[in-house]
Amino acid sequence: MSELHTVNVTINGKKYERQVEPRLLLSDFLRHELGLSGTHVGCEHGVCGACTILYDGVPARSCLMFAVQANGHTLTTVEGLAKSQTELHPLQQAFHEAHGLQCGFCTPGFLVTLVPFLEENPRPTEEEIREAISGNLCRCTGYQHIVDAVKLAAEKGK
Amino acid sequence: MKPASFDYVALDSLEAVLALKAQHGDEAKFLAGGQSLIPAMNFRLAQPALLVDVNGLAALNFIRRVDGELRIGALTRQRQLERDPLVKQHAPLVAEAMPFVAHPQIRNRGTLGGSLAHADPAAELPVMAAALGAKLKAVSARGERWIAADDFFRSLFTTDLAADEMLTEIAFPNLPPRAGTAFIEFARRRGDYALMGVAAVVTLSGDGVCRDARLVYLNAGETPTVARKAAGLMRGQKPSSSAIEAAAREADSEIEPMGNVHASPAYQRHLARVLTRRALTTAFERAQA
Ligand SMILES: Cc1cc2nc3c(=O)[nH]c(=O)nc-3n(C[C@H](O)[C@H](O)[C@H](O)COP(=O)(O)OP(=O)(O)OC[C@H]3O[C@@H](n4cnc5c(N)ncnc54)[C@H](O)[C@@H]3O)c2cc1C
Ligand code: FES
Ligand code: FES
Repeated sequence: MSELHTVNVTINGKKYERQVEPRLLLSDFLRHELGLSGTHVGCEHGVCGACTILYDGVPARSCLMFAVQANGHTLTTVEGLAKSQTELHPLQQAFHEAHGLQCGFCTPGFLVTLVPFLEENPRPTEEEIREAISGNLCRCTGYQHIVDAVKLAAEKGK
Repeated sequence: MKPASFDYVALDSLEAVLALKAQHGDEAKFLAGGQSLIPAMNFRLAQPALLVDVNGLAALNFIRRVDGELRIGALTRQRQLERDPLVKQHAPLVAEAMPFVAHPQIRNRGTLGGSLAHADPAAELPVMAAALGAKLKAVSARGERWIAADDFFRSLFTTDLAADEMLTEIAFPNLPPRAGTAFIEFARRRGDYALMGVAAVVTLSGDGVCRDARLVYLNAGETPTVARKAAGLMRGQKPSSSAIEAAAREADSEIEPMGNVHASPAYQRHLARVLTRRALTTAFERAQA
């Protein structure tokens, strides 16, 4: 086993310090070390998008980063989107209302991808929405209800 | 799957990075965006003993104009290339191709230098470098040199870089006046590696005759594939549809698509003919505009 490294990281506003092996994927660090299992793992080669998190505010695949690379950085996972335990994030609420999820496996990746997208582009076209989610696979919804949910969130956010 | 064990060092000085690479050679790998290296490690196709994380080399993240060239740092993220106004203005071909490189989340991490050094014949950026006649700067503890794109890509996933060299900067020359460029590819889904793709770069002379043309293909051989004879057929010609058709037919003899589970070589050749026609037509229209 190679030498352990210290990781100091802020996730959803909370500070964590852990010792990790370099080969530990960031996705596994979040799920297994910290119990933040809202971040899902579908493929571990960057294709499905279920593991998407915000790395310094920018969507990235947590299965294509090592936990050591999070040292000194700020992350947001799906657990960090809602303001409180009782109030969903407006985009989560829109997914709920527009049936943007069925099994929910892909949903954390979609949400984390779309929250910064809508902040940057609050009135997106359907084409822009589809481009934004091109890196997220969903096996259930056929995408239409996800696109509807984004439109609903944009409409409500006006 | 999970990567095999390795040692990890993150450095923020180029000198230290190069010294470490000189010491460890092929045993060590640079970790840039990690969007090709980490999947390969997850599959255990790559098992480097040491990863040298170069993401701290902030000085290698830049896009600027120097002596009429567009100079881009190797660690510039693909997402920056996609959005940068200087790239749109001075290398519109690159800006046009960027949305086809993987997905937004991957372009947020993936770098220009990483894509070029990875040298996947299905990738867009190596084709951009070859089509625009870019030069690539390789630096090692021994010194530095500039490599022409045509000499950089050697074979499948293999470049001219020595084990101790790092790519630090890419120079895209200015397009001449009355130049037009176009990139078109065909993929099964948005963001997938394309089955076939072509970049066309053309220049017109004052009387509307083609002065120069260049055609470069992705997924048509072991490296970005330059169709010299086909492009040569355009030279001295008015860009008529029959001249374009003749070039598209000629290109068929210069590409060697290998086929994959999604497409036979014959289908890739069919795509190449159709895409060549469209790319040349669009490039000429843009040159005339
Ligand atoms: C799902 C998915 C889809 C993708 N689709 C596409 C696509 O359609 N088109 C496309 O072109 N690419 C695609 N990619 C690849 C992506 O563009 C990568 O970002 C790129 O190939 C590698 O860049 P990187 O910065 O991530 O490099 P890394 O993965 O960090 O490195 C790749 C290799 O280059 C070496 N290296 C990195 N930087 C340097 C340097 N400066 N000097 C010398 N060596 C260096 C590394 O040691 C490693 O061997 C896809 C990736 C994924 C995961
Ligand atoms: S688990 Fe990371 S992209 Fe599929
Ligand atoms: S809701 Fe089941 S995969 Fe998307």
